Amino acid sequence: MPDEVRVPVECETDIVVARQKGRELAAASGFGRTEQTLIATAISEVARNIVVHAQRGEIVLCAIESKGRRGLKIVARDQGPGIADPELAMRDGYSTTNSLGVGLPGARRLMDEFELESKPGQGTTVTMRKWVR
Amino acid sequence: MPVPILKQGDVLIASIQAALTDHDLLTLRDELADRVGRLRAHGVIVDVTALDVLDSFATRTLLGIAYTARLRGAETVVVGIQPEVAFAMVQLGLSFEGVATALDLEEGLELLRARSQGGRDHAG
Repeated sequence: MPDEVRVPVECETDIVVARQKGRELAAASGFGRTEQTLIATAISEVARNIVVHAQRGEIVLCAIESKGRRGLKIVARDQGPGIADPELAMRDGYSTTNSLGVGLPGARRLMDEFELESKPGQGTTVTMRKWVR
Repeated sequence: MPVPILKQGDVLIASIQAALTDHDLLTLRDELADRVGRLRAHGVIVDVTALDVLDSFATRTLLGIAYTARLRGAETVVVGIQPEVAFAMVQLGLSFEGVATALDLEEGLELLRARSQGGRDHAG
């Protein structure tokens, strides 16, 4: 398993591919089954956001290490319309589509670190990290 | 990949075999809504044992299946949610409010049997 995996996200089948690759890399990085599932679920949410709001983008999965800790970094990037109000987008139950509105705030709860960068017209980048305990 | 739907008595059993795309899930919802009427089913069991992720979309679709089936006169039980999947759903902030769940297929069938004997006052 290489240290970095890039998954193009252009259709809903890619959502499944992205979370399966994420689970594989998480397992290879030393995460247990429960953590693997939390990571795969978070990837599913951010990958779906790409398909629904931007149509295409990519997810980059990367094994990381810092201060003797191992972890996994997930970057979900698109050149879509961007998010007008990122703070609102992180609020539970807020949705511009007909969804449950738990995707982004839920993904943040599943991971250890979560950053959302977005400007209208300039796409969206979500960076998430989780560390092996 | 289509989900096979079996009929046992007046219960429809949908056994999900592998990871489903959003499209597969919506197809399953439509198929079940159709068959509940056509086969005059009073119960639906959706077996998700094989699913290693239940994200917000999958949860919303399963809720949709259960609410649609109820409007068509059938109760739904979702069975086989794996322990780590259940944990992830809780963290994500998802719940199956108003939809019955059971550990496995056997318990799901037992639950439907008990409900049909106990009348409809326990439903929901």
